[in-house]
Parts: sequence; C-alpha cells; structure tokens
Amino acid sequence: MTIVLRIAWRNLWRHARRTWLTASAIAFSAMLLVFMITLQLGSYDMMIDTTLRVYTGQMQVQRLGYKDKRQMRTTVPDAARLAERLRVATGLDAVAVRAQGFALASSVERSYGVPVIGVQPEFERGVSTLPHLVKTGRYLSDSRAQELVLGSALARNLKLALGDELTLLGSGKDGSVAATVLPVVGFFESGNPELDRRLVLMPLAVFQEVFAMGDDAHTIVITGPSYESIPLTNAKVSALIADQPELTVLDWDELVPGVKQLIQTDMVQNWITYIALIVIVTLSIMNTFLMNVLERTREFGIMLALGASPARLAALVMLESVFLTLLGLVIGIAVGGGIAVYYHFAGFSFPGMEEIYAQFGLPGVIHPKLSFASFTLGPAVIFVFTVLAALNPALRIRKLQPVEAIHAV
Amino acid sequence: MTEHTVILRNVSKVYHQNTLAVQALTDINLDIPKKELACLSGPSGSGKSTLLNLIGGLDKPTSGEITVDGQRVDLLGKAELAALRLHKIGFVFQAYNLIPVLTARENIEFVMQLQGISAAERRARAMDILKEVDLTGLEDRRPGELSGGQQQRVAVARAIVSEPSLVLADEPTANLDSKTAQALMELLVHMNQEHNVTFLFSTHDRLVMDFSRRLIKLHDGRIVDDQRRT
Repeated sequence: MTIVLRIAWRNLWRHARRTWLTASAIAFSAMLLVFMITLQLGSYDMMIDTTLRVYTGQMQVQRLGYKDKRQMRTTVPDAARLAERLRVATGLDAVAVRAQGFALASSVERSYGVPVIGVQPEFERGVSTLPHLVKTGRYLSDSRAQELVLGSALARNLKLALGDELTLLGSGKDGSVAATVLPVVGFFESGNPELDRRLVLMPLAVFQEVFAMGDDAHTIVITGPSYESIPLTNAKVSALIADQPELTVLDWDELVPGVKQLIQTDMVQNWITYIALIVIVTLSIMNTFLMNVLERTREFGIMLALGASPARLAALVMLESVFLTLLGLVIGIAVGGGIAVYYHFAGFSFPGMEEIYAQFGLPGVIHPKLSFASFTLGPAVIFVFTVLAALNPALRIRKLQPVEAIHAV
Repeated sequence: MTEHTVILRNVSKVYHQNTLAVQALTDINLDIPKKELACLSGPSGSGKSTLLNLIGGLDKPTSGEITVDGQRVDLLGKAELAALRLHKIGFVFQAYNLIPVLTARENIEFVMQLQGISAAERRARAMDILKEVDLTGLEDRRPGELSGGQQQRVAVARAIVSEPSLVLADEPTANLDSKTAQALMELLVHMNQEHNVTFLFSTHDRLVMDFSRRLIKLHDGRIVDDQRRT
C-alpha cells in the first residue's frame, strides 16, 4: 500500500467516532436503498407477471396491424399448426391459439355487446390463469366442446346461472352472420373488472366454425418460464416466423403499454424520494469532509512545503472520501442485501397489504428481486453523490497558499 | 569561483492587509554559497520567516530575483515550485511538522515516494538516515509517541534524505529544551558536513547562532549585518 493510501485510510480513524457516524449515515441510506429497490423491482416483476399471466401472456404472434385495428380478417393463417411448430422451436408447452370476435350476447332477460374469445383449453392453462380462476362451475373441457365460460360480473349482468344458454350473434370473417346458442358451464373471477365484466370464452374449433374462420386465428399467446427468458424466447419465435413477413411477434410491453408506463411513473416517483434522501446524507457528509480539511490546513501546508502538489493533496482528500463511502456502502449493502435475501424467500408483506393487492388479483406478498442491479444501483448513486460532495473540500485544497496553510492553527 | 546555492537580488516583499501595505522585506541582496551553514536572526517582524519562505518558494516576492541552485524561483508557477521544493529544498519547521498518521519511517519515506523512488530503496534509505539521526528502534512510532527532540530529528532526517541542495529551518529549536536543542544543532552541523547540503536557519536562539558559520541580521526587513564566523 502506498503512503498516500495509508495516510487516507489512517486519517479516517483520527476521529473514529465521526467516521463511524458518517459511515453509518451512508450505510443506513445504502441499506434502505438496496432493500427498497429490491422490493420495488420485485413488485414490478410481480405486477408484470400477474398481469401477463391472467390473460395477455409474455408475447403474442399476430398479423401485422392487428394490434392497432382488430379486424376479423386480419388473421394468422393455419394458426394451430404454427403454434405446434412454435412449441417445438421454443421447447415451451405454454403456446396457445386464440381468435377474437365481437357479438351481441343475449340471455332471456338482457343483451350486451361483448368480445368473444376462441381458446384452446388444453393449452390455455399454460398461458393464462383464467382457467384456474373459475369460481363457479368448470372451465372449457376441450377445443370442440359446445360450451361457454364467462366472467362472473357479465353473468350477473345477464342474470345467467350455470347451465343456462347464451345466444351469440355477430359477423364472421367472411361477413356472414355468426350465430350460436351454447350452454354456460363456468364463471371466472380474475379480479380484473374489465375481463370479469365483458369476456366470453368458447373452444377455438367452435369459434372457428361459428365465425367462419377456417383454420385461422388472431393471436398465438406464448409464455416462457420467467420474465428474464422473454428476450430469448422472442428471438426463437422471430426466427421461426421470419419466412412469414405478414406476421409479427409483440412483447408484453407493446401489448399492454399501460403496465410499463405505470412502472415508469412509479420509478420516477420513488427515485425522487431516494434522491432527496441521498442529498440529505450527502450534505452531512460534505460537512464532515469540510471540517476534516479545515482542521488539517497546517498539515496540508507542511505537505505542500515538502513538495506535494495541490492536485495530489486534492486526490488524497478524494481518496479519503472514497474509503469512507465504501466503508458505509459495504455495510449498507451487506445489511440491506441480507434483509432483501431474507424477504426474497420469506415474502414481504405488511398489515392490510394482502387485502389491497387481492383486489387487483395480485399475490399478498412481494418477493424482493435479487440481482446485481438491485444491489448496486442505489449504492452507486450514493457513491457518485458523496464523491461529488468531497469535490468542494478537495478544490479548496488546490487554492491553499503554503505559507498561510503552514501558519494556520 | 564560488558556487552559490542561493542568490537574491533586490528582493522586496510587500504584504497587503486590507488597504494597508506592509513592507516586510526591502531590497535584499544575498549570496549563500554551497555547503554554507548560515543563520538569519533578528527580532520578531524583522522578516526572517518571510525571507525563508521566499527562498523556499512558499511565497512570491513583490520584486527582485531569487535563484536557488541555478533556478529562478520568482519566475516559477505553482507546479514548478512544488517540484523545486520536492527535489531541491528540505524544510524543518518549528514543531508539529510531521504527518501525524505516519510513523517516523513513513514520514521520512513520504518525500521519497513523491519523488517516485521505489519502495525497497525508500525503506533502505529511511532506515539508514534514521540510524544516522540515532532513532533506530523508533521507526514504527508515530509522532505522538515521540518526544519533541525525536520529532525534530525525524524532521531533519526527512529534510535531508532526498539529498536536497538546500535545507531551510525555521526556528528549529523553538520548542526544545537547551540540551535537546544542543543535540539537534550538533546533528544539523553533522548533516551539513556529511551530506554537503547548504543550511539556512531563521532563529532567535543564541545556540543556533553559535553553531552557524555565518550570521545574517535583519531589522525592519533589511539586512543590517552579515558576519562570517570562525
């Protein structure tokens, strides 16, 4: 270790109590940031995962233009076969075909305009939680079953009971009248009012027949094992459909941009709080550094007389600030990281959280996200701010006049 | 022809305190040959320390020329002055002039490190000079664990270890008892002879004057007497 490094390190311990107090402030803010950011990222993952798992899936293959203008004729040709090829290429079972139409749904008493979705029940369980959210009755049995499942709120509005028949009247892909009457075998409750109030599900083959779709469908929904696997899966899917330029693969953030915007807004709000915390800590650290330099003016004067350049002394002060900051950050990351690891496995919750989250169909506990970024992002910002805080005292040293400094008390 | 370590020509220094101009030095002309052991004396405010600071490149003259070891100090910038002090000038101050967080050996090595000397050589030279100033065994003590006399010996060792042309000592015995001061002066004379370094002191102390071979008296910023002693 060079003498300059030794001076920097030992200077920290000339006022051990002051050093520990400052390091504690840094450690506390680092700990708070590590835990808060892991929790924040964990909640985002949970929000994305939950949102996507209910219905949207992580990505979808569609015909170009379908996302913006949902026309019956904008279809994926021979969708079931393409889905099968995608299962093989990606190694995923969670690949399901859907077709969507619009119909007037009429019970004996009431009628509503609703979206009707044709699904593959045998694969839908992999891409959507709706099959698991059927609270009354059961889910669709197979692709050819002549039956319907709908949202519980819609059922209430239509005054339907299990086993009642629902009449659907719409128009097919070719413009023909699409009409059918099918019994209702189940009601789902997703927690998403939009889905519960509107959605009608029917087997894909039945849908294709009623709406004159042939083998076509509108979307192929794909869900990988994890959020992190999306880019890789996307690459595989894109490669497979490369020979069909009329098709496109859309990621979740394109399918449900609102979720991403919500996350971005939340991130900005949280970071404003974090920065306020960091600025307060930085000001106290700046005070410590200033006192440190002022107390040692004579010592700096002696060093200047001995031939040390002002730049080297400024570097010494910066080095001391780096040591002090790293000391605090290491402690903060260790403690904050430890808490994050504990809650990653145990799950984090607070009183009332489960009830609030349940309203949105979210799990009642958050698992903080453990990643290099979540552990280092906050501390890195603290590091930058504290080093900037040391710039002021360091620049003061550069202005020191040796004669005045040597005679300073 | 005599070679000079320090040459001053018509050096003046004026300090400005608010609107008041204080003439600290007036028209100083001085030649200090190599290996000289000279002493600046005079009452407080006579300009001893100011003159020492100007020669050491710690301050700038208002007018005049200062040459140290062939280099015009009054023309140098901050960085060049730092380099001059590092390579050509050693300093010994009154007291408390060691870096408190470094041991005696590390204090001596500090200057050599600034000069870019390798760790092994630094250590060897530091140990040699510590032996020369009779501090062997105390090399790992920090200044707070050394007596005032021992600290001044370390300061002398630090000033001399990088083999400068000139050592400037500002009241080197001011905080020492007479016995310790005597020992320190004997050490400085020894260093002057052994290392062929020019020494210039500023002092009130009779003892320091007695050890010097040349006594330069200042009064009100002017040289009023310059005697060579035998």
